Amino acid sequence: MMSRALVHVPKTATQGGVIAIKTLISHPMETGYRHGDTGARIPRNIINRFTCTYNGEEVFRADLHPAVAANPYITFHTVATETGVLAFTWVADDGETHTELANITVD
Amino acid sequence: MTSARFYRQRAGLLAAMVLTGIATAVAGEIAPADRKSGYDFMSAQARAMQDDDTANPGMLSVLDGEASWNKKAGAAQKSCADCHGDATTSMQGVAARYPAYDAAHGRPITLPQRINLCRSENQKATPFPAENAEWLALSAFVGQQSRGMPITPPDDSRLAATLEKGRALYFLRQGQLNLSCAQCHDDNWQQKLSGNPIQQGQATGYPVYRLEWQGMGSLERRLRNCMFGVRAEPFAYGSEQHLALALYLRARAAGLKIETPAVRP
Amino acid sequence: MMVMMTTMDHGANILGSERARPTRRIVLRGFCALAGGAALGAVAAPQTARATPEEKDAAIKQVTGGATVQKGRVHLDIPPLAENGNTVAMTVKVDSPMTAADYVKAIHVFNEKNPQPDVISFHLGPRAGKADISTRVRLADSQTVTAIAQMSDGTFWSDSADIIVTLAACTEDFIP
Repeated sequence: MMSRALVHVPKTATQGGVIAIKTLISHPMETGYRHGDTGARIPRNIINRFTCTYNGEEVFRADLHPAVAANPYITFHTVATETGVLAFTWVADDGETHTELANITVD
Repeated sequence: MTSARFYRQRAGLLAAMVLTGIATAVAGEIAPADRKSGYDFMSAQARAMQDDDTANPGMLSVLDGEASWNKKAGAAQKSCADCHGDATTSMQGVAARYPAYDAAHGRPITLPQRINLCRSENQKATPFPAENAEWLALSAFVGQQSRGMPITPPDDSRLAATLEKGRALYFLRQGQLNLSCAQCHDDNWQQKLSGNPIQQGQATGYPVYRLEWQGMGSLERRLRNCMFGVRAEPFAYGSEQHLALALYLRARAAGLKIETPAVRP
Repeated sequence: MMVMMTTMDHGANILGSERARPTRRIVLRGFCALAGGAALGAVAAPQTARATPEEKDAAIKQVTGGATVQKGRVHLDIPPLAENGNTVAMTVKVDSPMTAADYVKAIHVFNEKNPQPDVISFHLGPRAGKADISTRVRLADSQTVTAIAQMSDGTFWSDSADIIVTLAACTEDFIP
């Protein structure tokens, strides 16, 4: 389901500066309220959690509900504390997870 | 008042209002100077979604298309790249001049059809079914290589007959609401329907990420939706009517810039 | 063509009347089929449960534990008219220094007309630098959306925004 993600993190930043991070991932976010051709309900399957860690420490987390639009787009901010790796993880109801990594150089 | 009766009243009112509207509106095609993309009718939020490649959900499909471009497929085990190389050069301008006449098959074809023909004849793979995600992704990836370029329909006399068919379909009243494409998109663009502006129906950004679909879709899917709307039997995917309409819509949009992958409400 | 949203039904304003709302959706489904995707001929889907303003208040109480919620410091930015309820851009900002001593712990967003009152919750901390988050949400009807910010000092702050939705999410089935 989560075949493709687009993450935008600045490649460099000054120490202590606040950077904007943009994330976009493909997922239908099936609400569980739709019905297929036969009238049977299509079961719910959404991304329910999104986390961002910065060199292993969680700096942002979102709990998603069916009211979040398909192909979830979330942008947020974080302080550029040190050079390292930002890891973005999405977890869906069916247990599927997807992780994207981005490097940042902080001087 | 039951909802069924209420609804029938409204459908009748809509038809009546449109019919009276026609008498006062100008019938006919839109002059080149007045042609506007659906982009111009969208909200600032939707435009922002389209303009930012890191926020445009259609770009997810474009990236999938890029991956498919480089993937070997079919009995021939060839990728698009094996013959066409780097798409950023080889595919630049291609979408701007499609639909085009395909001499090998003796008929006009759309760009998605061209891609599917390559798949079956050159890659020797099973052709994609309608609205297949990978087909949309490849169409989006190839289309995006012409983004920003003006639509330039080929000046090819072999397209004339199909173009005329497309024009006739565009002006044909259809469905229980008995409306033609022209009545809304030529005569009444700028007016509103349910709070949203009626745009000109310029197909500049297909495949589009449509908010209504919450995903990518083709021009054929969009036209089928419109036909449901006027309670007409929609044209089948891959039909001659769709091809003729695609060709006419392109001629009608000549000069407007390609926006693939566009975002539309 | 006259503007569609004129008063038609015994003078009742098509947007304002509570009574007219379920019918309005069926009517707009017909109109919206031209602009949107729902088929005029489609059978209405089996009734989906709907949240109510009371359910929204209960959901808010679950987060606040009954503490007072003050209006202010939170800025919920959502367009007054949604082009399509399936994807509505939303930004939430909170006035806060975001220091270790004084920061936004969480932001919870609620609605009152979707099948469920919860929309999304964000968990932040002093490392956020700024409490400024954007996302895209689904809205099933014209309604009020509320954002509640939970501060590190235990206080709760809120902002609400009204939005008109003509093409609804959650309750429309898709046309192939």
